[in-house]
Amino acid sequence: MLDHAASGLRLLGARVINGIIRLGYGSRFFVLVLLRSGTSFRRFHLTVREVYFAGVLSLVIIVVSGIFVGMVLGLQGYDTLQKYGSSESVGSLVALSLVRELGPVVAALLFAGRAGSAMTAEIGLMKATEQLQAMEMMAVDPIARVVGPRFWGGVLSMPLLAALFSMVGIFGGYLVVVVTIGVDSGAWWSQMQDAVDFKNDIVNGLVKSFVFGVAVTAIAVFEGYDAPPTAEGVSHATTRTVVTSSLAILGLDFVLTAFMFMGD
Amino acid sequence: MSRATLDLWVGIFVAAGIVALVLLALKVSNASTSFRADKEYTVSAEFQNIGSLKAGAPVRSSGVMVGRVEAVSFDTAKYVARIVLKIDERYPFPKDTTAAVLTSGLLGEQYVGLEAGGDDQRLKDGDVIRLTQSAVVLEKLIGQVLFDKAQDTGSGKK
Repeated sequence: MLDHAASGLRLLGARVINGIIRLGYGSRFFVLVLLRSGTSFRRFHLTVREVYFAGVLSLVIIVVSGIFVGMVLGLQGYDTLQKYGSSESVGSLVALSLVRELGPVVAALLFAGRAGSAMTAEIGLMKATEQLQAMEMMAVDPIARVVGPRFWGGVLSMPLLAALFSMVGIFGGYLVVVVTIGVDSGAWWSQMQDAVDFKNDIVNGLVKSFVFGVAVTAIAVFEGYDAPPTAEGVSHATTRTVVTSSLAILGLDFVLTAFMFMGD
Repeated sequence: MSRATLDLWVGIFVAAGIVALVLLALKVSNASTSFRADKEYTVSAEFQNIGSLKAGAPVRSSGVMVGRVEAVSFDTAKYVARIVLKIDERYPFPKDTTAAVLTSGLLGEQYVGLEAGGDDQRLKDGDVIRLTQSAVVLEKLIGQVLFDKAQDTGSGKK
């Protein structure tokens, strides 16, 4: 009985210690990436290539999801608001929810699934096929040459993707609410401009998406670099990237929202 | 994929992102409509009750935006609310202008409405608007109606 309790506690302790070790390892890796990111800017075409893979190739999923999220928001918002006779303010509802929350958060979740998992798989496979070691043999630092550009490419793409998501979502809402349902287009835009503040809403949304970009790409490159060099290891690392970064996005979003919008 | 095509796509992506940001700033947010006057003058006004008026609220006259509420404070000498208004210099107002706290629509935001009087003298920088009309507080309004009703029945008019 006592033995069982002890072994259970031992298991718990081992898990906690393991988690802390990985967190410390990950943080040191993150600092290392930042310290060695000179190459990413000196040879900027390396980063541009990663912007292509992380950003441009995510465009389709971001734009399509943005349109649909905006359309659904418009429909649902109109359905509820017209009961109170204020269907004109559906514009401000759509814009505020997209710019403040859904734009940064949903874009980051999609980015984690689309680009983060690809980054982990790529770096993990490079490790499994000993390409990283080969680079080290040739005195090329794999963190500066492989990890850095991927990290910065993701960080640069994320705010742009979030802005595109919000804008396309607002356009989707416009299609449903103004073009299809027939709410006045002037009221749609003017109510929106009344409600959305540039500094408080748009800049804060951008700050959010930047933080999410750092979190997702940092987790993705770390999981890839840390993956056991086997097929199973890489597949587990890819799964962990998506799960961990999604949880990190949602947790960070709550913390950031609490700081940004509880001020007054 | 050749370097040139890759650069082109990244260029398109970055340009589209920046266009989206500019659209968000100009079309969606108040960055374009926010009140910007080259020269403005400052006047203050005292109110018994300003409702939920906040700094940054618009100042309108006949529905046209002429300025902004700069600051809201509470005066403990007289126990009234004191607000500071910044008004565009293109719009001079007479000295006996009335300021009222109004609401746009039934549940909309509150703003300060200015109604010009007939004085020859103009409001100058630092002047105080004497004639003010407080915000309508719903509870007080209902109380008034009930009170009037009770008085009417009590005096036997009806």
